[in-house]
Amino acid sequence: MSLDLIVGYGGMVSFGHAAYFAVGGYTVAVLAQHGVDSALIAWPIAVAVSAALAAVVGALSLRTSGIFFIMITLAFAQMVFFTLIAVKAWGGNDGLPLGARSVLPGIDLHDANVLYYVCLALLVAFTAFAAQLVESRFGIVLRGARRSERRLLALGFPTFRYKLVAFVIAGAGASLAGALWAEYARFVSPDMASWSRSGEFLVMVILGGIGTLAGALYGTAVLVGLESLLSGFTEHWMLLLGAILLVIVLFAKHGLYGWLAGSNDG
Amino acid sequence: MSLALEQVLNGLQFGAMIFLIAAGLTLVFGIMGVINLAHGSLYMLGAFVSASAAVHGAPFAVAVLAGAAAAGLAGIVMELVVIRRLYGRDHLDQVLATFALILIANDGVSVVWGKVPLPVDVPSALAGTVSLGGFIYPAYRLVLIAAGLLAALGLYLFIARTRLGMLIRAGATHRETVAALGVDIAQLNTVVFGLGALLAGIAGALLAPILAVQVGMGEQILILTFVAIVVGGLGSIRGAFVGALLVGLVDTLGRAYIPVLLKPVARPEIADSLGGGLSAVAIYVLMAVVLIWKPRGLFPAGSR
Amino acid sequence: MLTFARASLAALLMVSVAGSSAFAADPAPLKIGMITTLSTAGGYLGEDMRDGFQLAIDEEHGKLGGVPVQVIVEDDGLKPANGKQIADKFLLQDKIQLFTGIIYSNVALAVVPSVVEAGAFYVSPNSGPSQLAGRGCNKNFFVVSWQNDTPHEATGQYAQYLGIKKMVVVAPNYTTGKDAIAGFKRTYHGQIAEEIYTALDQTDYSAELARIRAANADGIYYFLPGGLGINFLKQFTQAGLKKNMKVVLPEFSLENHVIGAVGNDAEELYGTAHWLEDLPYAANKKFVTDYRAKYHREPTPYASQGYDTAKLIASALRAVNGDISKADAFRAALRKADFKSTRGAFKFGPNQYPVQDWYSMKVVRDPKTKKLGIRGVGKIMRDTGDVYSGQCKLT
Repeated sequence: MSLDLIVGYGGMVSFGHAAYFAVGGYTVAVLAQHGVDSALIAWPIAVAVSAALAAVVGALSLRTSGIFFIMITLAFAQMVFFTLIAVKAWGGNDGLPLGARSVLPGIDLHDANVLYYVCLALLVAFTAFAAQLVESRFGIVLRGARRSERRLLALGFPTFRYKLVAFVIAGAGASLAGALWAEYARFVSPDMASWSRSGEFLVMVILGGIGTLAGALYGTAVLVGLESLLSGFTEHWMLLLGAILLVIVLFAKHGLYGWLAGSNDG
Repeated sequence: MSLALEQVLNGLQFGAMIFLIAAGLTLVFGIMGVINLAHGSLYMLGAFVSASAAVHGAPFAVAVLAGAAAAGLAGIVMELVVIRRLYGRDHLDQVLATFALILIANDGVSVVWGKVPLPVDVPSALAGTVSLGGFIYPAYRLVLIAAGLLAALGLYLFIARTRLGMLIRAGATHRETVAALGVDIAQLNTVVFGLGALLAGIAGALLAPILAVQVGMGEQILILTFVAIVVGGLGSIRGAFVGALLVGLVDTLGRAYIPVLLKPVARPEIADSLGGGLSAVAIYVLMAVVLIWKPRGLFPAGSR
Repeated sequence: MLTFARASLAALLMVSVAGSSAFAADPAPLKIGMITTLSTAGGYLGEDMRDGFQLAIDEEHGKLGGVPVQVIVEDDGLKPANGKQIADKFLLQDKIQLFTGIIYSNVALAVVPSVVEAGAFYVSPNSGPSQLAGRGCNKNFFVVSWQNDTPHEATGQYAQYLGIKKMVVVAPNYTTGKDAIAGFKRTYHGQIAEEIYTALDQTDYSAELARIRAANADGIYYFLPGGLGINFLKQFTQAGLKKNMKVVLPEFSLENHVIGAVGNDAEELYGTAHWLEDLPYAANKKFVTDYRAKYHREPTPYASQGYDTAKLIASALRAVNGDISKADAFRAALRKADFKSTRGAFKFGPNQYPVQDWYSMKVVRDPKTKKLGIRGVGKIMRDTGDVYSGQCKLT
């Protein structure tokens, strides 16, 4: 979802998105470990920490583009991954359990349904925010930067700053997702930051159709649905999943969303 | 002193190993503009085929040839069936498609060969160690270094001296012109992809005796390979060579010396685990630094 | 939020699947949820465990302890997140109350707390994390295999017994690796010449091998699971280091698949295990013969653990006549461990982790078949539990 923002609109593929997802989750878990269990405190801190990290990484990485950008974000994600694995106080590779879910005033997060609706509300809010953003001047500049960065520079737009802001917002979004995941699973582990997880996020976005926020939702739903359906069906589910993905890529040019909507603009 | 020399040699050997895989990957990217995540699967296939050839009693050389041929053929099929449709498509579509190929390859291999790692012994003539002045060194690793250097030299001559090599070079920079001159670009692409796959297969077959031949072995080394070609600059064989050696050396020397250097300043158990952590990220730091300094890698294609 | 789209969609899809695959037989068989690792490089561990478990069910023609059972197997892909989602689905959609199968501790730590809090039972065939052995123990959590530290303590004991004066120890740089080395050092009191931590995804060990050579030790212990250990052993042997050093290993690095994969390099290795294929117990002989006959491959500790787990469950199911809603009676029956284990004497400690014997072993060449195999040497530890059980307060 948040990845779609940078991939689709900014033309930047981040192979390190899982890092922010993990940082968000770990922030909540580590705060909980130290007795901070209010969601109103923990979640904003998680988002802030990731945003700060994304700002640093983005500032360094955005000097590059294309596959080099992919690789440099990957490099930073790997650093996060290896750090999480090695720090024993945070559980190392075994991960860190949360004793209890955070507390929101007036809302009982321990009820699975309530937590689900909280997440749904945040998802809707983030989608609305992202949609707003895309239509705003900011979004237009970002899309412009994707098509022709030079032209925008000539027009006097500091594209670097725009891209950086997009990158940071995306990092913050992933972080919120990570924080919510931590609440749901009551467990965080370093594989949240692994490169294969980043790849999985990316696949969801591409599958749905790049540059369409709705596509990201479709992609996520389809990939997750297929994975869980097939793995319940046969041990060799990866074979089938691979084949299905391949067919989709080869025959649906603009992702599932574009295919379903029959539209040609990506 | 001899220990330091040994570690440098280790680094070169590891670099040579990475180069064998990186060469094909960078060739495919540089000439065809395709990001092929499934390159590691071709490497895995090379290892598995040569291992099962060896299990059935084939001599080592035959096993390596079988592995290389199988990977080359698989590469050609892959190009004809899938990759061909991806030229001109977004890099992201290529990533997704080749990711799907990885899933298929991994599960396919586990269907055919099972999940248990396969055994491959080093050929007995090369199984011993060699004394090199101050230290002894496994003979087979010297063979690997030689193979890496030979591949580099061979590729250089091939690209620089042969007609096909010239077409490949031209195709990388001026596709339309080459096509206009009546060269069958599609056929050229298939050949290049097959060649890259062949190299990956050779790497897999040569490394089978020192590594576990198992499902997922391709992804383990794929990341290192990508780091190498990105550091070196995409699409250039020279870049891949330098990048691979750099990655091999930094990784090996990092593992050898960072823990030792930390010993005087930290308690031993901290020095050991911190050193382990630092050396694990050393190559990523290397890549980040190189890319921040030179955003297109050390030797970007087209700069020669 | 991806997660929730995930969970809800998975739930929707699974309704249909569960509906179509449900048994029509009467009475409905008891469902057992098996979450295990079948894909990735660690997939063969889960495969062996699952097949061992299935063997016990086949013996009774689809029953355990006289109770018809249906095992629902799903692959966690070695990802804690996947394991957690499968567990939720099993609990909510399939109403499963009895779980088993997890191979890796990181997956177990993500899954077990929510399973036991929902009042369901979890019987672990492989992973025995320290976090759930001491203060974090739970009355509905049972471990059939071992506590994670114990295999390394046994190996340290054996290195001590073999009279090795100076050891090099090697493990990946993550918590499990560090715990392993800590366990080893708890029982080995000689000199540790060098402690080496490797990267988790390392394939080439030449730098470490040079350090090992320089350390001039007379023994080496390493904890490098699966493929890592195979890579290491091949390269260690090629470097000519085996001539001067005794190699003493925990069972993960020295089982039949590893020996099959490293070939001749496995000769003359030492190790320890809680189960060996040549243990002289009737239950074990039957298991080894039947396993070979059915699956045409050599049994491993993982397979024996799967089999023992099924046998333990069978004993408890028989006691409550298949009604696990009588949770107290079922728990008490599990705790009794009234089954014939393939490893001989078996009972549970206060934290419901095993108390058992540990064996020393050696890889030798069979004089007749010329094939390498593991032979038991003797007992290295008797009736051994774990160091965390004292902190566990189960009434």
